[in-house]
Amino acid sequence: MTRFLVKRLFSAVLTLFAVSVLTFLMFFALPRDPVTGMCPKNCNPERLERVRDELGLNDPLITQYAGYMKGIVTGRDLGSAQGGHCDAPCLGWSYVTNEAVSDTIARVLPVTLSIVIPAAVLWLLLGVGLGMVSALRRGTWLDRLAIGFSLTGASLQLYFVGAVLLLVFVYNLRLLPVPSYTSILDNPVKWASGLVLAWVSLAFLFSAIYARLSRAQMLETLSEDFVRTARAKGLAKPKVYGRHALRAAITPVVTIAGLDVGGALGGTVITETTFGIQGLGRTAVDAVRAGDLPTIMATVLIAAVFVVLANVLVDLLYAAIDPRVRLR
Amino acid sequence: MSLSPVEGVALAEIESGGPEVPERKDVVGRSPGRLAWIRLRRDRTAMVSGGMLLFFMLLALAAPLIEMLYGIGPKEQFQSLLDGFGMPLGYSGGVSGDHWFGLEPGLGRDIFIRLIYGLRTSLFIAFAAAVITATLGVVLGTLAGYLGGWLDAVINWITDLTLAMPFLVIALALTPTLVLRFYGEREAVSPAFGVAVLIGVFAIFGWTSTARLVRGQVIALREREFVEAARASGAGLGHMVFRQLLPNIWAPILVSFSLAVPQFITSEAALSFIGVGLSDETPSFGRMIYRSLDYLQTDPAYVFFPGITIFALVFAFNLFGDALRDALDPKSSR
Amino acid sequence: MWGSLGEREERSAAEYRSRERRQAPMSEVSVAPSAAEPLLRVRGLAKHFPVRTGFRGQSLVRAVDGLDFDVRPGETLGLVGESGCGKTTTGRMLVRLLEPTAGTIEFEGRDITHAGRRQLRPLRQDLQIIFQDPYASLNPRHTVGRIIAMPLQVNGIEPPGGVKARVQELLEIVGLNPEHYNRYPHEFSGGQRQRIGIARALALRPKLIVADEPVSALDVSIQAQVVNLLRQLQRDLELAFVFIAHDLAVVRHFCQRVAVMYLGKIVEIGDRVDIYERPQHPYTRALLSAIPDVTKLGPGGRIRLTGDVPTPLDPPSGCRFRTRCWKAQEICATEEPALVSRGGGQAIACHFPESGPVAGESGGTAGVTVEEVSK
Repeated sequence: MTRFLVKRLFSAVLTLFAVSVLTFLMFFALPRDPVTGMCPKNCNPERLERVRDELGLNDPLITQYAGYMKGIVTGRDLGSAQGGHCDAPCLGWSYVTNEAVSDTIARVLPVTLSIVIPAAVLWLLLGVGLGMVSALRRGTWLDRLAIGFSLTGASLQLYFVGAVLLLVFVYNLRLLPVPSYTSILDNPVKWASGLVLAWVSLAFLFSAIYARLSRAQMLETLSEDFVRTARAKGLAKPKVYGRHALRAAITPVVTIAGLDVGGALGGTVITETTFGIQGLGRTAVDAVRAGDLPTIMATVLIAAVFVVLANVLVDLLYAAIDPRVRLR
Repeated sequence: MSLSPVEGVALAEIESGGPEVPERKDVVGRSPGRLAWIRLRRDRTAMVSGGMLLFFMLLALAAPLIEMLYGIGPKEQFQSLLDGFGMPLGYSGGVSGDHWFGLEPGLGRDIFIRLIYGLRTSLFIAFAAAVITATLGVVLGTLAGYLGGWLDAVINWITDLTLAMPFLVIALALTPTLVLRFYGEREAVSPAFGVAVLIGVFAIFGWTSTARLVRGQVIALREREFVEAARASGAGLGHMVFRQLLPNIWAPILVSFSLAVPQFITSEAALSFIGVGLSDETPSFGRMIYRSLDYLQTDPAYVFFPGITIFALVFAFNLFGDALRDALDPKSSR
Repeated sequence: MWGSLGEREERSAAEYRSRERRQAPMSEVSVAPSAAEPLLRVRGLAKHFPVRTGFRGQSLVRAVDGLDFDVRPGETLGLVGESGCGKTTTGRMLVRLLEPTAGTIEFEGRDITHAGRRQLRPLRQDLQIIFQDPYASLNPRHTVGRIIAMPLQVNGIEPPGGVKARVQELLEIVGLNPEHYNRYPHEFSGGQRQRIGIARALALRPKLIVADEPVSALDVSIQAQVVNLLRQLQRDLELAFVFIAHDLAVVRHFCQRVAVMYLGKIVEIGDRVDIYERPQHPYTRALLSAIPDVTKLGPGGRIRLTGDVPTPLDPPSGCRFRTRCWKAQEICATEEPALVSRGGGQAIACHFPESGPVAGESGGTAGVTVEEVSK
């Protein structure tokens, strides 16, 4: 197990390294001049040149990359125009927002977490529950209803669902306030009521996919020999389904859930745009619109870290459940 | 996942009643593909959703013709039909005999004709991206699976890497960067270029799943005896790939293609929704819905027309893809 | 029926000659590997598969470990042994589906051990293979006609009268309705599919066919039909066969010579009569005694081997069979017995070969198990 862990972590670090190099190249080498996008209106050539110099854009790419990476690990000194010394997870300085990128991230990350984690709990419970029930009651009206729900949900667009929810619950019925973020520590009720529409719309779409997936998994498991053997041995139905079938059926579902949560943490771009909540995704969109390179780079990197981390976690979980995986 | 053609064949054998088929002259066998087609024809869902898709495609293809008959272009503005705040006059966003789905608030463009052209944009991008990704995926997946070795390792590594990249965020960041590479800060970007960039971004990130699928199938087939029989007869790479391998994996490729198209439709709309996909003058579902959010309180009808159209389109594709999977792989249960 | 096969115009003159040459030894079937030049000559053939064990460790599975045998034109050689003894690996190396690790394979005097695809081309036509699983060996997406024509197409051969005529002719040869060339494999039964596989192997008019357990996947009633078909083809077309099987009864019925394999090595090789009636290697005796025989009920002549076949990852020193042999002595662990000819074309790799016919001796070895011997 230790060997597997070490191997897996090593490959994760390698992947992250490759992603960082790729994104770095993509954003610092591709555009004609990164600075033109970064400098607000009325930039005179001198100011442009100064910005270029402060950002180290006149250095060779490798030096730039090394400096950037060094900043993340140990922190580094930026020019006085960029707020002086920049502490350990240093992601650079944004000229657009005039603050250290790490500060921006620290502010918006809790927002995204507050959206994704409750939504994930909701969609897993709803989706897996629905899938299991419709598999066990195969062919009944309940099953057909669940299939209809999952087919519909899988074809809906988040922004459309979000818009309809907004229209109904906020503008027409006035049951909920206009979505916004309040820290859970300040006011849990306001936190929940401000985000509940985002949770529901995310959960609605994802649970459709999970209902479908877990239903298929459960049906496959139910037809397997070991389940039939357990039934033939005379074990009671709930015991067979609960102990034998469920565990086997849920493993792949958990895997995909892990990846989806990782992906969603990387930026719920659409959700945040729809509901006008300033999280990681919305920050990325704003940064792209403003040409704010250091912020773009940081959001992409953080998203990649979440995806890769989720991958590692899922692999470890899988290895813990299924010993065969470790042998690969 | 288990789209093995052999299972289908085994079942088909049972269906066709074994070898003792009554003797006929000019015996023509029913190929596995033909059997799948027969199953598809019998599936009502497949026929209905397929009909819907055909209808959508016809609309998209005939957009200029519809424009001629309808008499209104996608860029025409009807400011005279808006009130002082830019809101369309009349009920549900200005629905009338002249403007079937009403007018856009603010600019006063006709929603119906913009939807038709949006359909055209959406389907064109989705099909182009799906064709490119499928081709790339099939070629690279076959090579990786059949030749193995370092090529396999490299392609696998790239696949893993692409899967680790957060698609939406990267696409979001990459698209303007690419545009900036070719156009200046204040230059007008031609709509065709925007479309091409989108297709390119989809192609870069989309091919890996097909490649993975094809690679797995090829590896499973590579050791099968009929492939070895061809090798023992001295068949070259071309014969192996095109005659022996590909005919056996077109079923899962077709299914993955048919399910990739709605994904690209969704992605295109999502990117346009965020505002990085297409410029505003190119009609697009995502763009329309994004604009409609600002008028959610004042003109709620505006969000429904594009929202429901894109739902119907993706829904039809998903239903058809499912039915296709069932027809090609009768063992899978829905 | 065979008259139609007479049209050999597409074959070169040289091949004509070689075919005439092959007529000669046919009369004196199953005699010692003598003057007649062998069609196939295998020396020291070995295949080792690397497997990963433990951390960064690698070891070798010695699937086939040094085989020597000849096959003369028109001869049928049976290759028998338990599953996992390397029979199939050997067959695949002969038709070059697997690359040998060591040793040489000569076909008509030419070394083909490491020939490339281009050099193999002419050879592919002379050397074909029939597979075990009739369900996996036919491409489910191709019609029977395309399957059988595949070798012709791949090698760019245009038979006189056209491909279709040739395919129909082949279908008739293997006893199928020539009208069925447009059907798909799933429309045929297992036995019929195997006939299609045979027709495909015959398409290029080979001189040697490697048949890898051609009937073991079929029902017993069908097995006999297919073996009889192969026998007829062998006689009529003067084909040489390497017939791989674990079913001794089928081999006895079909093969003129028999090689017995154990753990990647040949332990005994000889003419059918010698092997079946005067087996000299203890393993051969044990194998033969395991054939169910309704005429001899009860445990009478049965030699029961106990213990498992040792792993080819780490085969026993000296004689590989010694761990299960009731005659094993110290020398068996230290010295590997060579495959030595004992006259009459029979060669045995054993320090203490048995003698005498099976029937007379069966009482002596009966019930002797490995436990009793291994102190």
